[in-house]
Amino acid sequence: MSLSALTIHETRDRLRRGDITARQVTQAVLDRIAAVDGKVQAYLWLNPDDALRQAAAADVTKPLGGIPVALKDVINVTGQPCTCASKILQGYIAPYDAFVVRQLKAAGAVLLGRTNMDEFAMGSSTENSSWGTTRNPWDLARIPGGSSGGSAAAVAADEAIAALGSDTGGSIRQPAALCGCVGFKPTYGRVSRYGLVAFASSLDQIGPLTKDVRDCAMLLNVLAGHDALDSTSVPRPVPDYTAALGQDVKGLRIGLPKEYFIPGLDQEVEATVRAAVRQLESLGAEVVEISLPHSEYAVAVYYLIATAEASANLARFDGVRYGLRVAGDDVNDLYGNTRGAGFGPEVKRRIILGTYALSAGYYDAYYLRAQKVRTLIRQDFATAFQKCDVIVTPTTPEVAFKAGEKSADPLKMYLSDIFTISVNLAGICGISVPCGFVRKLPVGLQIIGPAFGEESVLRVAHAYEQATAWHKERPAL
Amino acid sequence: MNYETVIGLEVHVQIKTRSKMFCGCATEFGAAPNTRVCPVCLGYPGVLPVLNEEAIRKTILAGLMLGCTIARCSKWDRKNYFYPDMPKNYQISQYDLPLCTGGAVGSIRLTRIHLEEDVAKSFHFATTSGVDFNRAGTPLMEIVSEPEIRSPEAAFAYLTALKEILVAGGISDCDMEKGQLRCDANISVRPVGQTKFGPKVELKNLNTISGVRRALAYEAQRQMTALQKGEQIAQETRRWDDDAGKTVVMRTKEYAHDYRYFPEPDLMPVVISDAWLAEIRRDLKELPEARRRRFVAHYGLPEYDAGVLVANAAVADFFEKAAGQNPKAVANWIMSVSDITATPIQPAHLAELVAAIEAGRISSKQGKDVWAEMLATGQPPGAIIQKKGLAQVSDTGALEAFCDQAIAAHPKSVADYRAGNTAAINFLKGQVMKLSKGKANPQLVGEILARKLLGGES
Amino acid sequence: MDLAHVAHLARLHLTDAEMAQFAAQLKDILGYVAKLNELDVTGVEPTAHATPLTNVLRADEVRPSLPTAVVMQNAPAQDRDLFLVPKIVE
Repeated sequence: MSLSALTIHETRDRLRRGDITARQVTQAVLDRIAAVDGKVQAYLWLNPDDALRQAAAADVTKPLGGIPVALKDVINVTGQPCTCASKILQGYIAPYDAFVVRQLKAAGAVLLGRTNMDEFAMGSSTENSSWGTTRNPWDLARIPGGSSGGSAAAVAADEAIAALGSDTGGSIRQPAALCGCVGFKPTYGRVSRYGLVAFASSLDQIGPLTKDVRDCAMLLNVLAGHDALDSTSVPRPVPDYTAALGQDVKGLRIGLPKEYFIPGLDQEVEATVRAAVRQLESLGAEVVEISLPHSEYAVAVYYLIATAEASANLARFDGVRYGLRVAGDDVNDLYGNTRGAGFGPEVKRRIILGTYALSAGYYDAYYLRAQKVRTLIRQDFATAFQKCDVIVTPTTPEVAFKAGEKSADPLKMYLSDIFTISVNLAGICGISVPCGFVRKLPVGLQIIGPAFGEESVLRVAHAYEQATAWHKERPAL
Repeated sequence: MNYETVIGLEVHVQIKTRSKMFCGCATEFGAAPNTRVCPVCLGYPGVLPVLNEEAIRKTILAGLMLGCTIARCSKWDRKNYFYPDMPKNYQISQYDLPLCTGGAVGSIRLTRIHLEEDVAKSFHFATTSGVDFNRAGTPLMEIVSEPEIRSPEAAFAYLTALKEILVAGGISDCDMEKGQLRCDANISVRPVGQTKFGPKVELKNLNTISGVRRALAYEAQRQMTALQKGEQIAQETRRWDDDAGKTVVMRTKEYAHDYRYFPEPDLMPVVISDAWLAEIRRDLKELPEARRRRFVAHYGLPEYDAGVLVANAAVADFFEKAAGQNPKAVANWIMSVSDITATPIQPAHLAELVAAIEAGRISSKQGKDVWAEMLATGQPPGAIIQKKGLAQVSDTGALEAFCDQAIAAHPKSVADYRAGNTAAINFLKGQVMKLSKGKANPQLVGEILARKLLGGES
Repeated sequence: MDLAHVAHLARLHLTDAEMAQFAAQLKDILGYVAKLNELDVTGVEPTAHATPLTNVLRADEVRPSLPTAVVMQNAPAQDRDLFLVPKIVE
């Protein structure tokens, strides 16, 4: 078995025992990438020599010493490009490290390479990348999900031991579900956003994509923490998330929101998720029916707030200080030409929608109203968490769809985030873990926790995972 | 038809802080282009702003000095527009909950004071413009007056007073040449007695306080003349050309004013507690006008001296610490240098020097030498006097002996003096000074000699 | 929506094809988000921030700036350490 198939904890154990070297692990992963990435296309940028150099110098006594981790191409690493899968950032070389990158480096990780994504994190299939689409390792005719599709596909295909993604409306959890791996969105403010190219400032979080829950906890330990350079970063101590693992779930109350089990949900996906819930019941958890009454409004709220914030966040891409420049006769021409050529259609659509939602005469009806409904959604969760400890739902309404199937209809694409979006709006945490297969494609179980409830989520996720074998499945590539 | 002028002023003031509003780049003026920049103030992908506490404190201080109401809770907003001097193409500013509201400069009420970040500086060439982001991100206070200014002269007075207060408070150096204080004006005219405002014209490119007065005078006249001819005044932005002495319509910025303000998601609100406010109040400087009056009344200083001292708050503080028994003398010493606080001299030392001269320990001439040494070394006057052995001999016994010596040695001068040539005593005085190696107290010597000469002692 | 106006606010030059396509798609999306009007939001406070922090401030200390050479490396057009743009006419 190739070393590339190992998890973080397995790799770490063997590195510390001296069975293997860090260089061997990174080499194995690079070999795997060479073998399969032609088909999967998870990676946008790879520097094998640099990765091997890092591996050779790695200190395996450190928490992630020698572990090769891939980064979604939205996180700044000094000296590396950071295109966000957009033409408008062609040529940009980052002059600074994101907070999470400093943390990874301090923990001894090997920064392996940069993975594909939907442009500026806007999308649910990675089809919005300017550099071509990534394929789902379980079925190369299908999409891996998005926007962290490259990271999820890389982990699923053993093209990385672990990866980082970013999640604004489900962009870690949804691709994790569709690719059969674990994906975690931390509580808003748990992980610093400094160095993460902003999409929606009040919703974005960086998080891990891993092969199992233990790996996820280990990576979270390194990523989490207060950062003085991020004013939204919460100054709350970081517990050892691995201590939440291996605990039983007897008496733990699991809330099932009735609004999530609706006609749009694929029947087989529903059956698979309900079976997972029964599994949790057999482990001693108590199922409680709850209601999140404003769920049906979440997608609408999201597409007003996220696009409004994005319209401002993406205004800096103007051809003046970095990235693509397309000449113009005057300054406005420069902007219009550069942004016209540099942004893909989905990004443009969202910028227009967001600009409109904030514009004179429309602010109250769109942006302000959306922020009020957001409050109602947050209150829904606060109320629900009085009756349960975690909330369990399907991660996605369906399994991986075929490339091209939804790309012509933006609205249809938006609705694939229907189960993940509320978690971002409420600023709480959530994980997706594999819970089965439908028509040979992975299904994800979402476990949602209250703000800073990472430990409860990991506890339930781990208990479920250890009672099943889904996490050991690998695609036949 | 009589018209009245209605003027409102919007003043932007760069706050004196070491670092920028949202990042740690230095705010120094005059650095080489793009040498005081970082990913944050360049608007790089992935960066985030962090509030500079001192900028907030100084804004609140300004608000207190101007009698504003300080907000209990203040927030930040994005003001969205595209321009090459804008690194993010939105400016972080304050929209509906600014730090200060109300207040006044003299009799002109203020609407508000808020805090925001300054934009970059551009230089214009033949076909291109070059942008230097050193200035981008400097903390900037925007002070908005109510449209209550009624003449160009009143505008001049407003700006002069505002500048004086901000400088005295250590809030800004307000140097217009360095762009530390910038002013835009809104001006309209209306028939006297009409309450409705006429269409307002915004004036830009006002680079000096007197330029503001000139521009407003021109524009008021332009508008009145137009109205008298029956023309309409267009609500527009006009650029003041100081050389030509007129305002010109600026290229209209299409859709210039849909700023699409929304709350800044990257910055948290500021809650100003009573405790914090009390702490800031402790730094509250007496307004210059009041301090000037107090210096005249309490210390008996002439108006001129008081004016010079209060122009710089730190100098005025120094004066008050050193004033002692002879404030006029202290003031004179302070005014003999351009900035006493830039010298190594301590207030207590200056007080000591003045007292030593007053008590006759040293002569005023010696005082000047001691002062020079104090300036050079920062040593206290006592030590210098000691070291140089300057202490005037005021011991009358010793002086009597020197006088007797001089009188004995120069009988001709004695005779001249007694014959009515009073100036002859000066020669004798000089001899005594020589004998005492310059240390004799000249006043005492004069008295002793006079007594001896008149008394007929030989 | 006046698409041309909004595109200008956002400084996006759209092709005719994009204008046509987006107009239709945005109409659909706006139609969808209109469902928010079903709700009564009287008395509901808008969510200002995702976390209830206040007074997140930093001390007024100078930190090293970026070396100008590094800054200029990313500049699409520059001359003597200034970022160049087409002439700005006031």
